[in-house]
Parts: sequence; C-alpha cells; structure tokens
Amino acid sequence: MALVTSDNHGLRLWTRYAVLILVAVIFIFPLLFMAVSSLKPDQQLLSDTNSLRAFLPVGDISLQNYSDAFERAPIGIFVFNSVFVTGVTVVLTLFVCSLAAFSFVFLDWRGKSVIFSILLATLIIPYETIFIPLLLMVSQLPWIGGEGIEWGWINTYRVQIIPFIADGLSIFLFVQYFKDLPRELIEASRVEGASWWTIYRRVVMPLSGPVIATAAILKFLFMYNQYLWPLMVVQAEEIRPVMVGLGYFTDQLNVPWGEVMAYLTIITIPVLAFYLSLQRVFIASVAATGVKG
Amino acid sequence: MASKLTRSNRAGWLMALPGAGLIAAFIIIPFFLAFTLSLTNQRLASPNPTEYVGFENYSDLLGLSIFTLEPERDEAGNAVIEDGKIQYPRLRNFTRNNPDYPNLQGKREWFGWQSGENRVVVLSSDVVFMRALVNTFTFVIFVAPIQAGLALGLALLINQQLRGISVFRAIYFMPVVVSIVVVSLLWKFIYSPGDGLLNSLLGWVTFGAFEGIDWLGQTSTALPSIMAMSVWQGVGFHMVIWLAGLQTISPTLYEAAEIEGAKKRQVFRYVTWPGLRNTAVLILIVITMQAFALYAQIAVMTSGGPLDSTQVLVFQAVERGYGKQDISGGSTISVILFLIVLMISLVQRWLTRERN
Repeated sequence: MALVTSDNHGLRLWTRYAVLILVAVIFIFPLLFMAVSSLKPDQQLLSDTNSLRAFLPVGDISLQNYSDAFERAPIGIFVFNSVFVTGVTVVLTLFVCSLAAFSFVFLDWRGKSVIFSILLATLIIPYETIFIPLLLMVSQLPWIGGEGIEWGWINTYRVQIIPFIADGLSIFLFVQYFKDLPRELIEASRVEGASWWTIYRRVVMPLSGPVIATAAILKFLFMYNQYLWPLMVVQAEEIRPVMVGLGYFTDQLNVPWGEVMAYLTIITIPVLAFYLSLQRVFIASVAATGVKG
Repeated sequence: MASKLTRSNRAGWLMALPGAGLIAAFIIIPFFLAFTLSLTNQRLASPNPTEYVGFENYSDLLGLSIFTLEPERDEAGNAVIEDGKIQYPRLRNFTRNNPDYPNLQGKREWFGWQSGENRVVVLSSDVVFMRALVNTFTFVIFVAPIQAGLALGLALLINQQLRGISVFRAIYFMPVVVSIVVVSLLWKFIYSPGDGLLNSLLGWVTFGAFEGIDWLGQTSTALPSIMAMSVWQGVGFHMVIWLAGLQTISPTLYEAAEIEGAKKRQVFRYVTWPGLRNTAVLILIVITMQAFALYAQIAVMTSGGPLDSTQVLVFQAVERGYGKQDISGGSTISVILFLIVLMISLVQRWLTRERN
C-alpha cells in the first residue's frame, strides 16, 4: 500500500491528500463532536455549536456528565446485557452455522440441495418484514424452566438471542469458505477412520480462522446495534440492552444533552476502539460479503 | 458440491439440523405467518377469537378512488364563486354514510387537482399509509443511486497507492460500525434549528448570508435530511464492497490500457466499469433492501413527522403491529413491503442480466 509511484510528486500529491483529508473530516466530525460534548455542561454544549469550539475540549471541561449519566440509568446493567446477548449469539452462530455448512459441503445426504436452496432464498427476507409475526409467535412460545412449562418469551434473554443464531448469510459464508478447503485433507482423515464430528472439530475448524472472524464480526455488529427488536420484546430494566437504554435520556421533557453525549460515547467508543484495532479484519469481513455474492 | 464419499444421511441431517431448524422456526415460519395473519383480524392479545377477513386488510390500506367534485351551482347553472374560489360541496357528504357512494365510505382526500370547473380528488382508505409508501419509494429512489455512486467515488479515491491510505480507508468506514441509533441522535443534534451545528457551518461558509433552517421540523427538508444522514452512515460499507470488486480486476488490463495510451476516463469506461458489473448488481440490491427497511432514523429523529412527511413503511408496520397491537395490520404492511422488495430485486436482476 505504501508504494511510491511515479506521479506521487509536488502539487498533485498535495491535492490528493487535501481531498482525502476533507472527506475524512466529513466522516469524523459528528463522532468528534460527540466525544468532546460529553465533557461539557449542557449550557456550554448548546452555545458552543455556533463556533469551532464545538469540536474542542475547551471551557468548563469535566466528567460530570458521566457521573450524572450513571446516576440516571443503570448503565452497567445495560452494557452487561448487550455484551452478554451479543457474545452468546456470536458464539452460538459460529457453532450452528459452521456445522450446517460443514454438512452441506462435505456430507452427502438426501434432500440436501433442496434445503440449501431454501436457506439461500431466506437471504432476500429482510428481518424488518418478519418482526411483527415473530412478535406474536414469541409472545406465545413455550419454555421449560425451573417451574415447569412457561408460556411466552417476552422479557427474556432468550428472545433476544435464539431467533438470531442461525441466518442464511452466515451459513453461506462458511459454505463458500469450506468449498475452497483441500478436499484430500478431509478424505484422508475419513479413510483413517475419523468421525465427521472429529473432522469438523479437528480438521476443518482449525483451518477456518478468516471465515470465523468474518462471521463473528458481522454478527457482532448486527447484534450490538440491534434496536427495533429489543424495543418490542424487552420492557424489563434488568435485561435491557444499551440501544434501548437510550430512552432513559431522550424520553425526558428537557433532554440532558451532556448526559446523552456521555452515554453515546460510553456505548460507542468501545466498539470504535475494537474496530480500529482490528480494522483490516473488519473491512475484509464486509468485503467478503460482496466478493462471493 | 456433493461429496463422492459414502452417503451419510444420519450425520448430515444431524449436523444441518440446528441451523436449518432455527432458520425454519424463526425466519421461514414467521415469513409465512405474515401472509396468513394479513388475512385475519389477529391482535397481540385479545379476548375475541381471530377471524378470517379475506383481503380486507389490504383494501383498508390500498383502497383508492378517483372522484370528481362538481362545483356548487346557482339557479342559473353557473358555478358559485366566493372570494375568487369556486365553491364545491363538502367531500364528507360523499364519504360518510352516503348510500349513493358506498365505494367512498370512510375514505379521505389524499391529493387532488383542478380540471376545468371541476375538482378531481384522489381518495385513499389510509392516507398515512399511502404517504408512507410514497416516502419509502422516494427514499429508495434517491438513496440507492446516490449512496452507490458516492461509495464508488470513495472506493476509487481510496484505491490509490499513497502513503497512509489505509488510515483514510479506516476513517471512511468508521460510521458503519456505529449504531444507526447513535448516528441518528447525533445528527438530530447537528440538524437542530437556530444555532445548530449545520446551520452555523452553512452560515460561516456563506459569510452569514445563510439563514438557519429547522431541518427536521419542516416538511420540505425533513426527509432529505434523513436521506443525507443515511448515506453518510452507510456509504463506507458499500465503498468496501466496491473496493473488493476493484481489486479483482487484473492489473494486466490496466497495463495494457496504459500501453495503448488510453485516457483516464477511457480506462474507467472500458476496463474498470465492465469489471465491476457483478459488484454493481450486488450493491444495488443490497442498498435497495437496506433502504426499504428504513426504521431507526425515523423512530429516533422525527417519529414520522412533521405532518407525516417522514412516515415510512417499517415505521407504520411497527406503529400498528406493536404500538396499537394490531398484528394483522402490521403483518399486512410487512407483506406489502416484502413483495415490493422482491419485485424490485427481480427487476434489478433482469435489467442488469448478462446480455449474451
């Protein structure tokens, strides 16, 4: 990437960088504004918007908004819920979808191609078009708990996790990757008498680092940023994820903007830091959804 | 794909079962349930039994009539004119319990126009839904090409071989990892009236000539503002997909073009663009699907207002299916939305098919 080519000189080089930087400013300024504003009292935050001070940590700077925000809402619980729901879903997705893909690619069974086509066809169904009937469904589903059979999944962790474990795209990504693995490797293990389960666990999965990262990152972004579904199925505070928790700040008569910015910073910065530290992998993951599609 | 190894039905089924089963249970069943529910009067919780109502939900949403209002006439048969305006009978005389016009029952005026002395009115059973439908289409028609085009521009910009280019790529992609809810709230602040960030910036650029606008508070700017923000958030995602497409084009083609003395524009026209065909189809379909699913921006920024100028389909589906617990109404909107998405992706596929 850092090659120096023949036209990298003088004025042209500067204009190129100027354009790149200008575009970068457009993408950064709202996030910079968010982080900087979280340090300012409401009054200053609102009056600073008419000058460049909006983007500078100047004036009455403190962490007051953060401590106020923690007092207003159980932020720790929200963050835990989001991390828990996202983490569990990602792990289960990786297992369930890779296992299905393994079966589609390496095993031969009756009905395989029909089922695979049906799963692929589900890619065209946007989640938004099934949430309403899904809401009715989960409100009546049974669950076997400590006190026998319970009815209804509303207000639980499982309603935030189970519907999102398996999806067509994740299976598809694993299938595409598995297809390119050397088939002799699997056949050799098979001849040696290894069971399918062993081959999946000991041969295929250890070779699948890149696709595991791709599927994990896509699912992580989808789950952590979910809004509409938890809004509909989660009312209880103890299991509320971060995006829905935002209501504690915005559903006020006088919105405490400083606290809002603090809260947004708290729920965004960890994701951004995670992204920036792994940005090549993130970008490769998104690219992977395009190249093979 | 079929392995030539022994047929292993049991192991194959067992391994595919969790994934296939979950998709069947939580995507395929709800999908068909939406169609079924749209033919009933199902509510989220109701003491009354659910009944089959046929296509009533659809006609309640999509019912349209064109009606011509003739002017009020005086005894000589001339149209009555008051204050320079032709006077018409009230619409509600026809739409409320008028046995002569059963097809207009309960409908409201959506829009109308003048035709000679007469006034032609288009009546809709559900004006809010029709607005949501039109707004959703408007959103898609603007956002899909603009976002795809800008994303391609960014991809070309970032595909240069410059020192530190990966830093810029990382920055352009950044909004993609930020939740649309967070982004919407930030932009709501940026768009705020008076001394809001955007107003101040525009005032500064025009040396004070620009007068502040209440971007989200007036019907003419609310939807375009949401479009601009959505493009800002999503463009990095499609930039990366374009970039992946660009990098599959063989460098030898570029070298050949250079040897032939092709100009930059010609290189793009004859080498780059043909190589991006499949990527273009994919990107258009993905953006269209994402744009039709527009929800969080509306919920966070405008709740459909002002005056329904930002009502969209998913927001309406949620407001009815969840807000009013009218599962059948929400399902009907979902089905309509799905059929539109399906039709458009089929049309896009057909328009961009390989012409051999």
